[in-house]
Amino acid sequence: MLKVLFFARVRETLDCAQLELPWSEQVARLDALQDSLCAQHGARWREVLEEDNMIRAVNQVVVQGDCALADGDEVAFFPPVTGG
Amino acid sequence: MGAARTSVLVQEAEFDVAALQRGLLRGDAAEGAVATFTGYVRCDNEQRSVSSMRLEHYPGMTESSIEQILDEACRRWPLLATSVVHRVGLLQPGDPVVWVGAASAHREAAFEACEFIMDYLKTRAPFWKKETGPAGEHWVAPRSSDDARARRWRGGVA
Repeated sequence: MLKVLFFARVRETLDCAQLELPWSEQVARLDALQDSLCAQHGARWREVLEEDNMIRAVNQVVVQGDCALADGDEVAFFPPVTGG
Repeated sequence: MGAARTSVLVQEAEFDVAALQRGLLRGDAAEGAVATFTGYVRCDNEQRSVSSMRLEHYPGMTESSIEQILDEACRRWPLLATSVVHRVGLLQPGDPVVWVGAASAHREAAFEACEFIMDYLKTRAPFWKKETGPAGEHWVAPRSSDDARARRWRGGVA
């Protein structure tokens, strides 16, 4: 399985905090997973997840660009952080 | 020098800055300097009045990302102890939201580490603020000045 989490404005806009989907060769990379989510959920998801400042993390570490995903990985999409 | 003690707490409850500061001391009077920073919820932001603020975070990643920042501070400065407490949930103007403490033998390391930790926390730890005011709710936008402050620390100790 892949666990996918959404936070803050992204979670609200997509009306989704978390989903799980089976790992497969079709979602074995981060860009492929994002494409798959957008294809499944529609234009609104594509618009949000493809925003320039979208941050993507795999297993709770921010990643730049594409990367491989393994069964059991946790992926997160979130906007720029505003803590402190 | 032994390994510096570090601690990270993410909590809804208010914190006691006096107790936190005492907690940085190890009891053998090795610390000549403790620098601390407390951040509060302001009553206004970007010309908007703020009646309350909700802080969301990414449990797990929040703690690990702050621990990495503290580890980096310990590599850069000769710290004896350093600690971060960050609140989440619903907060009101005037509420303390974040506390950073750094203890060292001398003040330069304590001051600089405290500022470094705060600058990195602002730009790397997965927290998000949503403000409520007369005009309704909105997510706080990141500030480019925060990015600029964090970038100052690239390339080692200033």
